[in-house]
Amino acid sequence: MRCRVILLLIVMLPLGGCSQGVLDPHGPIASGERQILFNSLGIMLAIVIPTIIATLGVAWWFRATNRRAAYLPDFEYSGALELLVWSIPAMTVLLVGGVAWVGAHDLDPRRPISSTVKPLTVQVVSLDWKWLFIYPEQGIASVNHLTVPAGTPISFELTSSSVMNSFFVPQLGSQIYTMSGMTTRLQLQADHPGTYPGLSANYSGAGFADMRFAVDAVPAGQFAQWVSAARNSGPALDAASYADLARPSQAVAPFTYRSVASGLFNAILSAPSTANALPPARSMSQRTER
Amino acid sequence: MNLLGKLSWSAIPYDQPIIMGASAMMIVGVLLVLALVTLKGWWPYLWHEWLTSVDHKRIGVMYIVLALLMLLRGFADAIMMRSQQAVAAAGAQGYLPPEHFDQIFSAHGTIMIFFMAMPFMIGLMNFVVPLQLGIRDVAFPTLNSVSLWLTASGILLTNISLVVGEFAKTGWVAYPPLSELQYSPGVGVDYYLWALQISGIGTLLTGINFVTTILKMRAPGMSYMRMPVFCWTALATNLLIVAAFPVLTATFAMLLLDRYLGFHFFSFEGQGNQMMYVNLFWVWGHPEVYILVLPAFGVFSEVISTFSGKPLFGYRSMVAATMAICVLSFLVWLHHFFTMGAGADVNGFFGIMTMIIAVPTGVKIFNWLFTMWGGRVRFTVPVLWSLGFMVTFVIGGMTGVLMAVPPADFQVHNSLFLVAHFHNVIIGGTVFGAMAGYNYWFPKAFGFTLDERWGKASFWCWLVGFYLAFMPLYVLGLMGMTRRMQHYDDASWQPWLVAAAVGAVVILLGIACQIVQLVVSIRTREARRDVTGDPWNGRTLEWATPSPPPAWNFAVLPHVGDKDAYWLRKQAARMSQGQVAPAGDYAPIEMPKNSATGFVTAFFAVVTGFALIWHVWWMAALGAFGAFVTFLVFAFREHDEVEIPASVIAQFARAHPAEAVP
Repeated sequence: MRCRVILLLIVMLPLGGCSQGVLDPHGPIASGERQILFNSLGIMLAIVIPTIIATLGVAWWFRATNRRAAYLPDFEYSGALELLVWSIPAMTVLLVGGVAWVGAHDLDPRRPISSTVKPLTVQVVSLDWKWLFIYPEQGIASVNHLTVPAGTPISFELTSSSVMNSFFVPQLGSQIYTMSGMTTRLQLQADHPGTYPGLSANYSGAGFADMRFAVDAVPAGQFAQWVSAARNSGPALDAASYADLARPSQAVAPFTYRSVASGLFNAILSAPSTANALPPARSMSQRTER
Repeated sequence: MNLLGKLSWSAIPYDQPIIMGASAMMIVGVLLVLALVTLKGWWPYLWHEWLTSVDHKRIGVMYIVLALLMLLRGFADAIMMRSQQAVAAAGAQGYLPPEHFDQIFSAHGTIMIFFMAMPFMIGLMNFVVPLQLGIRDVAFPTLNSVSLWLTASGILLTNISLVVGEFAKTGWVAYPPLSELQYSPGVGVDYYLWALQISGIGTLLTGINFVTTILKMRAPGMSYMRMPVFCWTALATNLLIVAAFPVLTATFAMLLLDRYLGFHFFSFEGQGNQMMYVNLFWVWGHPEVYILVLPAFGVFSEVISTFSGKPLFGYRSMVAATMAICVLSFLVWLHHFFTMGAGADVNGFFGIMTMIIAVPTGVKIFNWLFTMWGGRVRFTVPVLWSLGFMVTFVIGGMTGVLMAVPPADFQVHNSLFLVAHFHNVIIGGTVFGAMAGYNYWFPKAFGFTLDERWGKASFWCWLVGFYLAFMPLYVLGLMGMTRRMQHYDDASWQPWLVAAAVGAVVILLGIACQIVQLVVSIRTREARRDVTGDPWNGRTLEWATPSPPPAWNFAVLPHVGDKDAYWLRKQAARMSQGQVAPAGDYAPIEMPKNSATGFVTAFFAVVTGFALIWHVWWMAALGAFGAFVTFLVFAFREHDEVEIPASVIAQFARAHPAEAVP
């Protein structure tokens, strides 16, 4: 726990209690990741800080003008010290390596979040330069705005209509790339209602800086209301309106689609840059599904 | 059909005052230099003594001159990015529109890695390795000149893109599909690809040249385990170049085929796979990191040992650690994209492999520490850079290992935390190492030492500026700021970005101090002459030669009895109460003849590259033909060596008695 104290001093103090970053998690994935960040940092600081102090101390003590320091002009080998200098980093790496291996499995982006609540599926498409969120079970979609029920695991399927992007909501956890013709998967959950900023974390061209979206985590009841409100307003998302949406545009204000043509996500997968191949398109996701 | 391909007057960005201003400054600068050289009548001297020189020392110096110039160019990009992000908060757009900002960060990365850090390291290796090995030149001297000038071609093409056309707007990694024709129809990506293809060939030739030199051309008695550690790191670096650069060349060739001939290696259409590019790019990219930092490790080893007055602690460990890094660096590439969706086993494996590299690196830090233990450490400028490195690099190494933990990387990948990390290791490792090497070997190259006071001022500005510029980026990364943002909404990020911009200005002061250091040192050079050839009480063979060394380096090749050959020789001389008398008879020495091959080949390479970028096919064919003819002329040469008569050598040796003969 001493490590935690050092960490709080080093990391938290300069942040001054700022919010909205990865150190202010609001979901199980982000919390787990922050814990791993702290644990690894703690293990390494335990060796890094003494090393820095020793470096400066040794250099200063053995300065040429210090005649009290011993001069050992032939001191160039010591088996015991060699053993020590190989073991210190090796043992540190053993510890952090364990954290990495276990963490990589526990927090695998594809691994379902254990919960009694049935997960909500959201299909994510990155376009130039906005985000499309399709709710296949609800039959609606939204652009640059993601509304999810709090306390419910969200199962994301992600792809891109054009270039590579990275879907990232820092306070909820892991980011994952979106790539045309391929599906990546991500499981996240917001524990509490609130609004969390999301962004693209992989540079994608001129409109990249505005590829931001807000994630609204709302209580389950309110989510149902939002769904029914969305069903009653906004345009329909079909091949024509998708082709419209896919045209490059920047800083698009959020809006919703009242309906989504079935199979749209698979159609985008098989023909990313144009959705002309809307049903009966064959899904190519099996080839690229990893 | 247009004879000039895509080239027209509209390629010059008249409507962009910032670019035009920068271009004008650059052009005026080049014209002033050319005018000065012409007026002073320096052309024959430049041509015969430098541009056509195949002397490894001169080539090394020219590499470093190129690197220093590109440091200025890359830094200008850096300060524009920092100032843009310092002002473009909460709805403000700043002064750089996306199409310009995107070129700046792409150019900054490309220039700093390929045209600053790498030429600097290759320059140091060129100058030092043959001297340390106790030999007269590299294995293929003319090829060495070709390497230098091909690197210069890449640099020239990249800088032409500022004035004619545009540079890539894809980031320095140029991931497809963004870098494919469909999403980057302009010439920017082509400039990027051809500049790096041409300079990449130069780098590969350097690698072949130095691997051959180190394996086959050491002084009599210099077995592998007697080589100075800098030569070991140079060997590891060049092995990495030979193994990794062909991957980059092949990857870029595939992207070029996609862009020029409608192939589909990396595009979705035609079943191409963009993930393949990302994998291949980093199969080269991670070894590249060690190509940059291993020579710096070598510099620190030499500097710390020399200025502690002690042999390097744990020489065998250092060699083992260097070669371990050389091999392991090929097994970690996937950590650059844990977020691409690989499974937990794959991510976990590459995470652990990445951490294992930290073991030999940690060993090196401890061995440097124990080298100082029991020494008499003189706090000269190279030592300050080395100590600054040791402190800074362990912090950078730590954040690197942190990002090797896949779940932690999921949160900070591509964020400013990552940007802070790699600047922490590249500035803290490579640049500090370059500066240490520059101050350490400068007297050997030019015969006078650099001013210590300005050197120290420069170091402190760089160190303070570095921490001020990059520690805020760690914080911003944790606050959720991703890299390459032309503007942002969150006003709470701004104070940190302003601090980072101030840090960049402090680094600028450091660069200014370095320029002043150089000018002051040149003006007071008579007072700071190094007449002994050994200003630092050195240990390795380069200090056994006069400063600057003659073209033939050693009048008589030294015989090496152990590590730290020159130190041992000095000790032996002290025992026998004085210098060994110079031998009276010298044999004539065959030295490679100067050759314009490198310069002329590079000229044609620029023509070909420029023509290919602008689709001027006839000019491309002409350039390629010219390069081929140059090669033929060289291949059928009659004399490639000149004999330096024994009398000249004897005369030089009498004038420089410091060169003790074994």
